[in-house]
Amino acid sequence: MHPSPTKDFRAKEFRYSSFFFTGITGLATYLIVALLGVVLVNIIIHGWPGLSWRFVSTIPKKDVFDPATTGILPMIVGTTIRVVVMTVFVLPVGVITAVYLTEYAHNTSVMTRIIRTAVNNLAGVPSVVFGLFGLGFFINFVGHNLDLVFNNGEQAWGHPSLIWASLTLAVMTMPVVIVATEEALKAVPPGLREASLALGATKLKTIFKIVLPQALPGILTGGILAVSRAAGEVAPILFTGVAYYMSDLPTHLTDQFMDLGYHVFVLSTQSPNIDQTQPILYATVLVLLILTFALNIAAIFVRSKMRRNMRSLH
Amino acid sequence: MPEISLPTTMLTNVKAAPAARAVPLITIENLALYYGATKALKNISLTLSERVVTAFIGPSGCGKSTLLRCLNRMNDLIDNVRIEGSVKIGGHDIYGPDVDVIELRKRVGMVFQKSNPFPKSIFENVAYGLRLHGMRDKSSLEASVEESLRGAALWDEVKDRLHASALGLSGGQQQRLCIARAIAIKPEIILMDEPASALDPIATARVEELILELKENFTIVIVTHNMQQAARISDQTAFFYLGELVEYDATTKIFTNPARKQTEDYVTGRFG
Ligand SMILES: Nc1ncnc2c1ncn2[C@@H]1O[C@H](COP(=O)(O)OP(=O)(O)O)[C@@H](O)[C@H]1O
Ligand SMILES: [Mg+2]
Repeated sequence: MHPSPTKDFRAKEFRYSSFFFTGITGLATYLIVALLGVVLVNIIIHGWPGLSWRFVSTIPKKDVFDPATTGILPMIVGTTIRVVVMTVFVLPVGVITAVYLTEYAHNTSVMTRIIRTAVNNLAGVPSVVFGLFGLGFFINFVGHNLDLVFNNGEQAWGHPSLIWASLTLAVMTMPVVIVATEEALKAVPPGLREASLALGATKLKTIFKIVLPQALPGILTGGILAVSRAAGEVAPILFTGVAYYMSDLPTHLTDQFMDLGYHVFVLSTQSPNIDQTQPILYATVLVLLILTFALNIAAIFVRSKMRRNMRSLH
Repeated sequence: MPEISLPTTMLTNVKAAPAARAVPLITIENLALYYGATKALKNISLTLSERVVTAFIGPSGCGKSTLLRCLNRMNDLIDNVRIEGSVKIGGHDIYGPDVDVIELRKRVGMVFQKSNPFPKSIFENVAYGLRLHGMRDKSSLEASVEESLRGAALWDEVKDRLHASALGLSGGQQQRLCIARAIAIKPEIILMDEPASALDPIATARVEELILELKENFTIVIVTHNMQQAARISDQTAFFYLGELVEYDATTKIFTNPARKQTEDYVTGRFG
C-alpha cells in the first residue's frame, strides 16, 4: 500500500484498521467469556436441582440411572484419589527432571536436547495415546512382570487399577510440571546461588535450601495446571483403571475405580431413559467442575500463603 | 602441581614489600585465565599479606572481578574457564588436585557487588553458613549470629527484628548483613567485589568504617571503582589494565608517586 497523500485519508485508514483489530480481538475475548458463561450457567441451572447431600454421599446399588436412588460418592472418591496419586508422582519426578535440565545438564549436550525434544513432543500427544501407552507399558509390561516376579504369575498388578491410571496421568502431565519448574528455577536470581556457594555450600545443598524454596510457588503453578488438566481427562484412564460400575469404594491402589468424567460419559450414552437421567447427568458434571475448582483453589491458597511467607516474615 | 618458577616480569615492583609486619598469605604466580578463547587475565603474579587490606583498581573489564573470583574458585562455576599458573593460600595450591572447594570457600569468604541476602529472616541469613558447617545447637547459633551482626555493625539496628525478612532492610543494611553472613563462618580472607558501589554516601561510609575494623581480624581484598575509597581503606593497591597487573605497591605510593605513567593517568582520572 502506498502512503496516503492526504492527511484526511490517512486518519481514516488508521481509524479503520485500529477499529478492525480492536473489534476482532475484543469480539474473540467476549465470545470466549460468553461461551464459558453459557456453559457454566447451563450446567448450574440444570445440575443444581439434582444436587443433594444424599446424591454426593451415596454409593449406588444396582441402577446408576435412577435419580431417586443413585449417588456419586465412589466417583468423587475415585477422581480425587487418582488426581492426588498422580500429583504425588508427577511433582517429584517433574521437579527432579527440571532441576537436572536447568541446574546440571549442559544446554548444548545431545542428551539435554533429546530430553527437551521428548518433553515438548510429550505435550502434544493426544490423551488417548497415553491411555494406550498406559495399557501397554504399565499394565501389560510393568504389572505383568511384577506378577511374574512376586506372585508366581497370579494376577495382582497386571490389570487396570488406580495406580496405573494415576501413573498414566502423571506421564501425560509431566511436561506441564517440567516446563513450569524450569521457568521457576530460571527466575531464581543467580546472586542467591552464588551467595550460598560462596559460603561453602555444595551445589545440592544450594538447590535444596535456596533455589527450590524460592521456586516453590512456580512449581506449584505447574502442579495446579497438571491437576486441572488431569481431573477432567477420561481417555487416559479408559484402558488403565476406570470401571463402569463397582459396588464398593476402592480400598487399594490395585483396585479399579469409578470416575466422575467417565460416569458422565456412561450416563449420557448408556442410559435407557435419557430424560430421566438428565438431572443426575448435569449434577455429576457440576460436581466434577466443583471438585476441579476446589483442588485448584486449595493449591492456589497454599501458593499465595507461601509467597506471603517469602516476602514478609519467615 | 609442580612449583612454577618465578618468571622475569616486566614489572620491577611486583614483589615490593608491603608493611614491615606483613606476612605473605596469598601468592599468585603467573596466573592466566581464559573465558573460552579470550584471555581475561595475563600472567598475574602478586603476593597479598595477612591482615592487610588490598585494593584492586582499574577500568571496567580489566579483570578485577575475575581475579578476585579466582581466589575462592568461584570461576569454577562458569563453563569454558581455563586457568594456568598457581594461586597459593598459606602455601597450599588452591587449584591442586586434593583441594576441597567447600573448605576453601569456608576460609575465603565473599561479599558481592549487588547485595544478595537470602529471602529469609535476618537471623536465618547469618545462621545459614553456620548450619552449613555443622552448628546445630540453638544457643551457640544465637550467640554466633549476634557476634557476627555486631562485627558487621548491624546488631543495634536489627536486634529487635531478627526474625523479620532480610529483604525489608535498606540497601546499606543488606550489604552489612551480607558481610555479617560472610564473617559468621570465620573465614581468614574476605573478598569484596565493589561492595559499596550500589550504596549512598552514608551507607558507603559505614561499610568503609566496617572494613577498617574488620582488618584487625581478616585479610581483605577489595575491588573498587572509587579512587578515594581505595585511598581511604586500603594498605596495598594493585592497578590492572586489560587483564595485566600494571603496578602493585603501598597505597600511598600508588596514589602519590606511582612508578608507571599508566597508573598515574588512571589514579588522577585522566583515563578510565
Ligand atoms: N562469564 C564470563 N564469560 C566470558 N567473559 C567474561 C565473563 N566474565 C567476565 N568476562 C570478561 O572478562 C573481562 C574481565 O571482566 P571482569 O573481571 O568482570 O572485569 P572487572 O571486574 O575488572 O570490570 C571482561 O572483558 C569481561 O567481558
Ligand atoms: Mg567487576
